[in-house]
Amino acid sequence: MLTRVTPPRGEGAARAARGEGSPAFVRIADAAYPRPIPNVLEFNAPVHESWNIVHTGMLLPECHQIYVCADNCLRGVVLTAAEMGASDRLSGVVLEEDDLYADNLETATIEGVSDVIRRLPHRPPAVMVFLVCLHHFVGTDVGHVYRELGRRFPDIRFLRCWMDPIMQKTGVTPEQRERAAMVDVLEALPEDRRLVGVVSDDLRLPDDADIARLVTDAGCTLRQLHDARSLADYRSLGASTLLLTRTPFGWYGLERAARRLGRRALCLPPALSYDGIDAGLAQVATALGVEAPDTRARRAACDEALDALATDLAGVPVAIDHLAVNHPLELAQLLLEHGLDVRRVYVDVVSPEERTAFEWLRGHVPTLELWSTIHPTLRQVARDAGDGLLAIGPKAAWFCGTAHFVNIIETDGMWGYAAVRGLVRLMRDAWAHAKDTKALVPRKGLGMPCACQVPR
Amino acid sequence: MRQAQSILPVYAGDVSGVCSALFELGGMVVIHDPSGCNSTYNTHDEIRWYDQDSLVFISGLTDVDAIMGNDEKLVRDVVEAARQTRPRFVVLVGSPVPYQLGMDFGALAHLVEERSGVPCRSLPTNGMHDYVRGAGLAFELLAQHVDARRGPSARSVVRVSVLGLTPLDFAAATTRPSLEAWLGGEGCELVSCWAMGDTLEDVRRAATADVSLVVSATGLRAARVLERRLGIPFVTGVPVGAFADELAQALRAAAADGRSRLAYQAARRSPAGEELPPVALVGEPVSLGSVAAALEHAGTPCRLVSPLEDTDRLVDAQRGDVCARGEERVISALAGASTVVGDPFYARACARGTRFCPLPHLAFSGRQWLHEIPDPVRLDPPSMVRAASVVGGETAWA
Repeated sequence: MLTRVTPPRGEGAARAARGEGSPAFVRIADAAYPRPIPNVLEFNAPVHESWNIVHTGMLLPECHQIYVCADNCLRGVVLTAAEMGASDRLSGVVLEEDDLYADNLETATIEGVSDVIRRLPHRPPAVMVFLVCLHHFVGTDVGHVYRELGRRFPDIRFLRCWMDPIMQKTGVTPEQRERAAMVDVLEALPEDRRLVGVVSDDLRLPDDADIARLVTDAGCTLRQLHDARSLADYRSLGASTLLLTRTPFGWYGLERAARRLGRRALCLPPALSYDGIDAGLAQVATALGVEAPDTRARRAACDEALDALATDLAGVPVAIDHLAVNHPLELAQLLLEHGLDVRRVYVDVVSPEERTAFEWLRGHVPTLELWSTIHPTLRQVARDAGDGLLAIGPKAAWFCGTAHFVNIIETDGMWGYAAVRGLVRLMRDAWAHAKDTKALVPRKGLGMPCACQVPR
Repeated sequence: MRQAQSILPVYAGDVSGVCSALFELGGMVVIHDPSGCNSTYNTHDEIRWYDQDSLVFISGLTDVDAIMGNDEKLVRDVVEAARQTRPRFVVLVGSPVPYQLGMDFGALAHLVEERSGVPCRSLPTNGMHDYVRGAGLAFELLAQHVDARRGPSARSVVRVSVLGLTPLDFAAATTRPSLEAWLGGEGCELVSCWAMGDTLEDVRRAATADVSLVVSATGLRAARVLERRLGIPFVTGVPVGAFADELAQALRAAAADGRSRLAYQAARRSPAGEELPPVALVGEPVSLGSVAAALEHAGTPCRLVSPLEDTDRLVDAQRGDVCARGEERVISALAGASTVVGDPFYARACARGTRFCPLPHLAFSGRQWLHEIPDPVRLDPPSMVRAASVVGGETAWA
């Protein structure tokens, strides 16, 4: 139930968003590509299950994170780590106004990071140093900072990371830079032609994923970042004959690292179209020098599962968000093709991989609603009476006000036909069993430990 | 280095302070920031975010707009959002990059007001200060706009406005009702509460109060403005344990003689001396000063450690109190204390063997121990201290 603190009135966002002309959604037939709703002020919904740079960095074993930033910026990352129970792996250096007048932040950064390292009870083999927007704007000599830190701590490998969201929309993002720094430490080792490495992904690839099966069937071993028990263990993934990532954020660094290591690398986002899945499998098969699998039986099994789901969920409107699955428009297309009633997709930017699905939906389901997840008017939209709706994803659940939702992010790590079958299973379960939305969606970093106590 | 934070988090920032203070008043707060400020605020610092429709947004500042000085985008977006959401007022606040660039927020606020017709002001935050500064500035802004004349009290009841009540310092849901009930029981009437559970109209009634009750450091700036502009005296303190009676007396006395009082400091009984009291209370000084007054009433000498900005006048150096910003200074200030009372995170800053009393504080540990944050009006400080656990022992906090 939404509690009003803004003045009641007979017009404005709350009413408009339920009727025609809401600036928070657009019919796909009228939607611009790639940004269906233009950027204006941004609202942040109380749904925090997506991972941030702290969560991703914690995947690197034995690595300590140090953020050099203002109070306000530091608080978010410190408490992210605290809620994970990982405070001992993250520290900060607080930048103050005087630091801006002293020099270009080199002194505060070098001395602060040095002091943090000296105070740590253990000397970490690797430290991720996160510089911030201010370092860009004052023109910090970043090379000097890292040269000096390297001179002072020759036993530590420094990973050059950034928490500079000011670059989020127009440059290389903090997520891209962090993942690049993480693969920069992969060790140049002799090639192991039976080893395939998965790096740069937040969630572990399940063993039943179609990629994993293909790699195993090819006689190779699949090892993942998530399996590494030490920094050395992780670095040894540099021996992989093939390096894989499922996130476009990871590709920026992995492409470069693969060149350095002289290895092949692939970016295989979790497609939810059959042709897209087959294209990904074909790429892996080619890289491993084996035949691509015959997927006809898998397709048929997915069709059967989807048709059965459509029968079970007849008349149930469905909403999908971009947190839940990497390719929400492909999922919308897949579900609509099988007779499910997809009404809304919550997506702020359509990715290039989804251009085909976007065009298909424009032509075949022009009334499909594309909703922003950040438009300011969404703050005032009533969210009650949504329980007749099935949401795929925590943001869709919150915006629609339903307790029937698939609580996953990033396709839950799944990939391929296994992902389609998995989603069908999760949708059926979500419709059968209501969840406590308020208790779940404000938690940070789904899949990571979270010891927070959310408001009741 | 003073600014290194190896083991402790930092307090909620100035931006969060502004947003929290104005949350329920029907306005719109726009944080001129790329990202992050809003997320940190509504994840860790704002427990009302899930259910209440308060208008707090970020501008989504990009590098290109910052470098090219494209302030027009901010103005245009704010005006458009104001048209769509109809706020009572708009407040613009800054973050580190706009501060570094020297953006003229006053001029931007003027432009927004001119084009939207909605009152618009700016507050000088930059993300480099704590919530006491931010919430203090926001309440001060409100105090500057309270324009009703103060009427003489015709009744025997003392009319009280509470200043500085936000979830950042008072996250227990029962706090406001408890405070209101306590005031009623003491023959006082709550006329205004800044700012939990009150509307903008309620807030304006502060001008009719006989006395302001400052319950946290965030209310001090506003109290001084109301004192200066309208002649309303203020009293600082929270009705905790045995101190509550003395606080009530201070309210009545202030209403009668028009003089402001640091009530919890006046109520402390331990003599000032060379030796530091063995019990240290670390955190927000008005709440903890009230706890200290209650403990000293029971014969336990205390000292305050305030890690917060703008609190110098709320501590008493002669009693061993100290302002200590930053991890290094806090650790130093807590050294030698046999018992420490504070947020559970402070157990990390205590020496092994120190007795520790957890008093979770949203503005410090966020939602980590949210359900364990007590209603201070119902707190029994002597019992709390008796139940202290030992740092390094078999405790949840060590």
